[in-house]
Amino acid sequence: MTAGTLIIGAGQAGLSAAEALRKRGYDAPVTLIGDEPAPPYQRPPLSKGYLSRELPADRLWLKPESYYAAAAIDLRPGVRIARIDRAARCVLTTDGELIAFDHLILATGGAARRLPLPGADLPGVHVLRSLAHADALSDALARARRLAIIGAGYIGLEVAASARKRGLEVTVLEAADRPMARTASPLLGGWFGALHRGYGVDLQVSTGVAAITGSHRADGVRLMDGERIEADVVLIAAGLAPGVELAEDAGLACADGILVDHHARTSDPGIYAIGDVARFDSALYGRSIRLESVQNAIEQGRAAAAAICGAPAPYDPVPWFWSDQYAIKLQIAGLIDGADRMVRRGDPEEGAFALFHFKGDVLIACEAVNCAPEFMAAQRLIAARARPDPDRLRDVTVAMRAFLS
Amino acid sequence: MAKITYIEHSGAEHVVDVETGLTVMEGAIRNLVPGIDADCGGACACATCHVYVDPDWMDRTGPRQSMEESMLDFASDVRDNSRLSCQIKVSGALDGLIVRLPEQQG
Repeated sequence: MTAGTLIIGAGQAGLSAAEALRKRGYDAPVTLIGDEPAPPYQRPPLSKGYLSRELPADRLWLKPESYYAAAAIDLRPGVRIARIDRAARCVLTTDGELIAFDHLILATGGAARRLPLPGADLPGVHVLRSLAHADALSDALARARRLAIIGAGYIGLEVAASARKRGLEVTVLEAADRPMARTASPLLGGWFGALHRGYGVDLQVSTGVAAITGSHRADGVRLMDGERIEADVVLIAAGLAPGVELAEDAGLACADGILVDHHARTSDPGIYAIGDVARFDSALYGRSIRLESVQNAIEQGRAAAAAICGAPAPYDPVPWFWSDQYAIKLQIAGLIDGADRMVRRGDPEEGAFALFHFKGDVLIACEAVNCAPEFMAAQRLIAARARPDPDRLRDVTVAMRAFLS
Repeated sequence: MAKITYIEHSGAEHVVDVETGLTVMEGAIRNLVPGIDADCGGACACATCHVYVDPDWMDRTGPRQSMEESMLDFASDVRDNSRLSCQIKVSGALDGLIVRLPEQQG
């Protein structure tokens, strides 16, 4: 009997790879190991509908319980891996069990970054990455009046919106001069800042945090300028540290992520890495990228499965993302880094607009606020490296469909 | 509970009971009905849960939402009875609903 494929990480990427292996007729064992106690679940709602209590936990599961037996996927939640033995083609769990593999897929995601701030370890200080984190934060919010969020990225802002829905007073502290500074254009970041202020969030940009205060538990935040913000709960929303430890210890090439090729293969040809943890060269963008998104988790998982099944198809995606905040749906196609020109379509004042980002004449990204047609068309235009006419893009009387013919 | 019949493009039928309050998309996922990807998990962000509502049921499933309409505009093989199944909420009124699945999603 062959050892089959072992997948470490039972999130969206790991599950996608397991499912794709079976859909392709792979008939060797598939083992899906996760360190969390829960079966594979959707992470995006953790900061949105789950935290605002509009979506119960049983609607987070990606598959019903019956799926795993039906698809012959050996799901093993609550198992931690201590190390990978590449020479022996096996892994060792922290309980001392050896599990052999023919192919290994690392879908280890990452950990929410904790900032090296005084007080960051106090009770009452939260991060948000897992279902357990979301439950802890949600319980804490039920007993709290004031929430301070350090970091105005997607997680920070989505939690702010969810907490406002639950009636909390919310302060968001951001070191950069605008929200979503790392991933979004200045215009979009500024627009979302105004949106949150309109909903009563105290958003402070260009604001450094010196410490989280409190003797036995967090009772607020002290800013660099000495000001103190009182809070019953503090959330650190400072991004993700990719989970490269196992790969690094095993001597696989890593650099802010596990380095993989277009087939999700690491520097060891029998070992793959997918999802939030994987860094690969994008032909579309001409540089190495690491994507933290559902789209990437699903599609890179499929790419690894295709390669294992002997039908490799190069993975060179148009990344896409979405965020729900209040009644706003933000959809982003592509990556804005490297853009040198922006074209606006629609009026931000009216709450529905799209920002098209070009590098030279080539469209490389689109940020769409309540503008699904712009988002959907942009995905295809970016994939085709198209050069749509900026003047027509600006003209809302020209339907987006017209750009696809 | 509502009994929903999902008919794959191949003609294979799946008759399943779906809990009230879930969506037609979730009913398919929970009952292992193939042919609905639902990449975004029901956020109306991806258009990979496209279905054709049986014409007799279109009155009861109601009209498309505006975001849904826009997303569908870019799906393949869209017809008058196309819906995104993540946007159809299951209620007792949909007991007996029949939906057909497209050849492919996206």
